[in-house]
Amino acid sequence: MNIDAIKDLLMRVADDDLVMGHRNSEWTGLGPILEEDIAFSSMAQDEVGHAQAYYTLLQAVLGYGDPDQLAFNRKADAFRCAKIVEYPIGDYAFSLVRHMLYDIAESVRLEAMSRGNYRPLSELAKKLLREERYHFLHAQTWLRQLGNATEEANNRLQTALDELFPMAYGLFEPTSFSSELAAEGILPLESELEKIWESNVEDLVSQSGLKLPVVQDKTAYYGGRQGLHTEHLEGMLREMDEVFAIDPTATW
Amino acid sequence: MTMKIDSLDPRIARADVPTENEYLVKRDLDQWETYEVFHQKSRGTHHTHVGCVHAPNADMALLFAKEQYARRMKCVNLWVVRTANVHATSYDDSDMFEPATDKSYREAFGYKNKHLIQQFKESQDTAH
Repeated sequence: MNIDAIKDLLMRVADDDLVMGHRNSEWTGLGPILEEDIAFSSMAQDEVGHAQAYYTLLQAVLGYGDPDQLAFNRKADAFRCAKIVEYPIGDYAFSLVRHMLYDIAESVRLEAMSRGNYRPLSELAKKLLREERYHFLHAQTWLRQLGNATEEANNRLQTALDELFPMAYGLFEPTSFSSELAAEGILPLESELEKIWESNVEDLVSQSGLKLPVVQDKTAYYGGRQGLHTEHLEGMLREMDEVFAIDPTATW
Repeated sequence: MTMKIDSLDPRIARADVPTENEYLVKRDLDQWETYEVFHQKSRGTHHTHVGCVHAPNADMALLFAKEQYARRMKCVNLWVVRTANVHATSYDDSDMFEPATDKSYREAFGYKNKHLIQQFKESQDTAH
């Protein structure tokens, strides 16, 4: 079993969840209505919790440092998240559509990891999948509701989808360990996961009166898995670790 | 020129919210209707009323109810019911709940059965 390959996988899924979770938590207190504010914040916490679980696995099984240090004490280029999670929250349509694209991708990935033969990861993936049921239900209910509501609602979602759908392919950027992970039965190739994701997204999008844009270049938003990020990540990280950075050795 | 809200919370500062905002005036009836939420702790037990949520329809009400009321408590099932569908007695009629004569014979503590329950429990213990 190639430890470096597992580290590579855990780091990118953890970083995706941490950055997505932090971004979505920026809606806390600013959500469109109270009930949705609470629901969206709670899901953001779930994502951060998933990241923490992966960082803890990196520490426990693979000898990495403290999860807090991994989360709060790294430069942007040490992160392996996909670019789509880095962008500012935009309007609520943007955040909802991103949540839909991201959580469907996360479910597909967790589903695959739960069947993988690296036991600590497959066990964890099974547990995390339980929370993804609600995340999917949330995305599905909102998208169907708004997509089939007024023209303005539909237009706003469509605009967000046109912008975000090409970015989401970055979640399936392969790394130099991808073929090894597939050969060892830990995670199928990204291209396979991408196909399942595309069809799940297409189902929901068509039920919501929306159209998937044609994506010319699926690699246009690659780079995140190699540490190449948008300019938004650095700013977000500095805001996220502002308190931690005052005293990185403090015990919380 | 309108002033922008200057907040220590970077998210608020970013939002560029004018201090004098016409949208701060809340229009009447701009809320969704409410749904009453009933929560079930485990299969076979009663659903218990726990509160309400604002929602435009039952699907959204269930979605919100899950995070408002089942986030911390153990839960296996939720019901939501449009508040408008609940029929209630009037507080003007609350006299009808007050008995005019002594009806304590209707209350369960009138039955002397505690010793029977105790006996049964003990017989169960010795059976094991």
